[in-house]
Amino acid sequence: MFGAGGGTSSYQEIEETDLIVLWGSNARNAHPIFFHHLLKGLRNGAKMYVVDPRRSESAAWADVWLGIDVGSDIALANAVAREIIVNDLHNKEFIQRATTGFAVFAQSVESWTLERAEAVTGVPAEAIAELAHDLARADRAQICWTLGITEHHNATDNVLALINLSLLTGHVGRWGSGLVPIRGQNNVQGGGDMGALPNKFPGFQDVEDPDVMAKFEDAYGHRLPPKSGWHLTLMFEAMERGDLTALYVIGENPAQSEADAGRTLGLLEGLEHMVVQDIFLTKTAQLADVVLPAAASWAESEGTVTSSERRVQRVRKAIDPPGEAKDDLDILILMARRLGHDWPDMTPEEAWDELRSLSPMHAGMSYARLEELGGLQWPCYDEDHPGETFLHGRLWKDPVEGRPAPFHAVENVPPRDELSDEFPIRLTTGRRLDSYNTGVQSGGYRSPIRHGETIDISPEDGESLGVSEGETVRVVSRRGHVEAPVRYQRNLRPGLAFMTLHFPDDVDTNQLTIEAWDPKSGTSEFKATAIRIEKLGAAAG
Amino acid sequence: MDLRLMDATATDAERSAVDGVLGPPESGWTGAERAPLDDRIARAGHHRAMALRHLLLPALHGLQSNIGWISKGGLNYVCERLGVPPAEAYGVASFYALLATEERATRVAHVCDDIACKLAGADALVAELDGGPDGTDVVTSPCLGQCERATAVLLQLAGEDDFVLAPATAEAVTAALADEPAPPMPPAPPAAPQSPDPQLRVLRRVGRVDPDSLDHYRALGGYEALRTAVAMGPAGVIREVKDSGLVGRGGAAFPTGIKWEGAARQPARPHYLICNADESEPGTFKDRVLLEEDPYGTIEAMTIAGYAVGAEHGYLYVRGEYPLAIQRLQSAIDQARARGFLGHDVMGEGFDFDLEIRKGAGAYICGEETALFNSIEGYRGEPRNKPPYPTEVGLFGKPTVVNNVETLVNVLDIVRQGGPAFAAIGTDRSTGAKLFCLSGHVTTPGVYEVDFGVTLGELIDMAGGVRDGATLRAVLLGGAAGYFVGPDAVDMPLTFEGTRDAGATLGSGVVMVFDETTDFTVITRRIAAFFRDESCGQCVPCRVGTVRQEEALARIANGSHNGEVALLGEIARVMQDASICGLGHTAAGAVQSAIALGLVGGDG
Repeated sequence: MFGAGGGTSSYQEIEETDLIVLWGSNARNAHPIFFHHLLKGLRNGAKMYVVDPRRSESAAWADVWLGIDVGSDIALANAVAREIIVNDLHNKEFIQRATTGFAVFAQSVESWTLERAEAVTGVPAEAIAELAHDLARADRAQICWTLGITEHHNATDNVLALINLSLLTGHVGRWGSGLVPIRGQNNVQGGGDMGALPNKFPGFQDVEDPDVMAKFEDAYGHRLPPKSGWHLTLMFEAMERGDLTALYVIGENPAQSEADAGRTLGLLEGLEHMVVQDIFLTKTAQLADVVLPAAASWAESEGTVTSSERRVQRVRKAIDPPGEAKDDLDILILMARRLGHDWPDMTPEEAWDELRSLSPMHAGMSYARLEELGGLQWPCYDEDHPGETFLHGRLWKDPVEGRPAPFHAVENVPPRDELSDEFPIRLTTGRRLDSYNTGVQSGGYRSPIRHGETIDISPEDGESLGVSEGETVRVVSRRGHVEAPVRYQRNLRPGLAFMTLHFPDDVDTNQLTIEAWDPKSGTSEFKATAIRIEKLGAAAG
Repeated sequence: MDLRLMDATATDAERSAVDGVLGPPESGWTGAERAPLDDRIARAGHHRAMALRHLLLPALHGLQSNIGWISKGGLNYVCERLGVPPAEAYGVASFYALLATEERATRVAHVCDDIACKLAGADALVAELDGGPDGTDVVTSPCLGQCERATAVLLQLAGEDDFVLAPATAEAVTAALADEPAPPMPPAPPAAPQSPDPQLRVLRRVGRVDPDSLDHYRALGGYEALRTAVAMGPAGVIREVKDSGLVGRGGAAFPTGIKWEGAARQPARPHYLICNADESEPGTFKDRVLLEEDPYGTIEAMTIAGYAVGAEHGYLYVRGEYPLAIQRLQSAIDQARARGFLGHDVMGEGFDFDLEIRKGAGAYICGEETALFNSIEGYRGEPRNKPPYPTEVGLFGKPTVVNNVETLVNVLDIVRQGGPAFAAIGTDRSTGAKLFCLSGHVTTPGVYEVDFGVTLGELIDMAGGVRDGATLRAVLLGGAAGYFVGPDAVDMPLTFEGTRDAGATLGSGVVMVFDETTDFTVITRRIAAFFRDESCGQCVPCRVGTVRQEEALARIANGSHNGEVALLGEIARVMQDASICGLGHTAAGAVQSAIALGLVGGDG
């Protein structure tokens, strides 16, 4: 938030907060460990709102579920903001002291009356007002979100709309009040922290900042490219142009995880050279010229991971990796040597200490301290620093430390893949409890609650389409089609369908999705696809 | 919640039975037809489910009493209404003897074959009924609390109010099952042979007051005690109760004033008051008599207790086998509420107190106070570990006072005459008067009130001595959870200290008399079967121990002398040492005392 890419709060805060707003997140299924912390919060009395098109497994726990139309989040957030402002419930002192841009923001939400928001989002006006008043009046509130916010063409604007709400109500920078993007893996946070971003060095230091660049060039003894690189979506565009011809893929399966899979496969197949480094022979690895078998980062490697609460924790090696598989670090060193650089052997701790010397927010996290304290939360500037349980406490200091937090006026822009007579049903995608992303890591395990891929629809739609449960149908979007059996789900309303991407070998859901992506984050709009459902054998529309 | 409902659907009758208890469903997410608004909003989450969980048992009662059993579809509908997982709801439904989770006849007779009724010929009655008329069923039951008019039968008829026949004849039970006109019944002996007698203390109004008339209750001095209590203030009431030396009459004999004081000073709110009227100890029926004959006495006493301990809400947990008591109490509560004796600003005195009846469903263990909490809260009636004690963490996790019916009724006199005057009655350590439940081989069974200090022999003489001039062989004191004493105990004073010194207990005031013709193998096996059936199964010593005890007694009955008595002794020690609650602690007491007296296992 406000520069550094991480949630502001600790897990324990959701246990001790008064209000939980889970927005575009089915954490019950997708983030079950985080949800256990959330459940403690509920048991301690916190009230919970869930904003989700479906009455998801998480929404079933909520005091109030708001059944929003897919992709209308900004309309809802702006209406909540307006309701807070017109009722004079905003935190004026905090806004005045610690933020900028309020007047412009207030002007930008002025037209978002409850009635207009109800018309755009489908959420009843009185429920929007209730959320607004509860959020403004709560002593502590946590706004949590995941891919329902970020897998849209306007992902960044969606996030900014939620940040606006936290600034408006002062729900940031205090214990129990914060902004919580929940991460889907044990180390998504760590990947970003370590600089696996096209525009950042480790510790979120800007590539295009000359002082930062000089520091890293000095430390590495080498000139570094002075400009931001490409994120994944730009890479595919570069492949399309022919500017990108070789690809080194570490621990990703883009052949199945990217939107509009037909196009993705074509581009990967058209590369001159592709190296894949993975613990499994994924669909992408099967397309590679060279596959480097890697050790699993869990149990086969030494190192650290970083959780959604910014906590850096040690992981330890328990067993040797199978066959010729090697640690990622060793592979990279060997690769460097083959490329003509005399990199010395390095232990994971030596690599970590090098990082600490370059990333101020990790400087105080020695292995010894990580061991002793059970992990540390960044920022942790020196070995006497206890780490930060929550971020942006500075906004409450008198005077405010650092620069104030800016409001961003954002406008509602509906999903790119518009509904039409030809494609009348809104398909959204998500996760189930017992499967993980494209199934590379979870498909090998049996599960009593797994039922394979289905196209989930409301019973009402099933009836009007004349398709019964279990019947295989053709699901058609503007980009492709798949066949899948029908499952009736009461938690879906008419006109809304749901699929996952867990079983791409059986039902390649990403044949349907749209690659329309957010220019700031590079994330595709997996959450909003226009489809129609055809009975097999029926003439295509 | 992670609610996975079943596919089974409820019939219209089942839905209306449940809706009759819960009211109509509020949305498509909680049992109604799906409406357009349900596509956009749901208010059916964790907190709603937690807040409604206490309605689970009443909803199951609704199904049982209207439909005659709890089908999968009916259960599923309850779960949808309340947000309770079906497995949990089934766990609760199957916990209680009066709830049927398998389809059965809609008209069922529960014939008490517990000790007193067995002595009065229950087995012959069961044989004579021969399963009842076609389409009905006859089952046996643990003590129905009608020992003074054995044998007793509880009629559970779908769509009708339950009722008890006692003393029951085969003709009357058959007619009731067949829905035919009742034949002439033998007259029931008086439940409290001393009544009516205004000189009595606890039983003062029994037999004198019209239990359906608040005005009549007031004409006999009703609600004067509450007025006096309010004049004293809560601390004053607690002081008088402490000074009175009153201890609990439910069996544990804990000082009532200490309990009240402990709860009253807890800062956590709200406080709860519970009247434990789950009188299920075999041979006990004193509370039933008080509730049926003097319902306002308990209600007024609860109001005083609620005022004293700072509780604004009370629960009267009455065992499901007492339909007449429930009916009279409900009528009394309704009248009291309508007349301003319950609810907001009671009697214009500026405090609030209201109470509701919770009906048990056939589970002895629910008389244990923490099991009772779980039962009210909608969980299986399994006892909790103590500490924390109920005065700190009780019902719904809040400070709670639980008092027995007889204990509470004593409070009326304590407030009226003052603690010291009450303490002057009885002995130093057993103050006031005590109700005893005389049954078995005694000439005039019934509830007797005596001031503490009377001996066992004197009490038996009050009831006309051993029936038909027979010779006394043993007395069971305190019920199934109590102890047998022999004829040499007749000089034992029936006080807490007197019985304790003799290695026995007053318990709930059971005095069950046996003459020399009694087959104690039959009696102890019935007691063992009772505990085996009523053990909640939560802890191993009790769950397994009660089974092993019954098996060993069966082997003794079959002539085995192969170390059974030694085995029974070991089982008794394990249950006493390692069980979670009082049920396990006392489950071997009667059998062990019978062995010690040579009543059973004499050749072992």
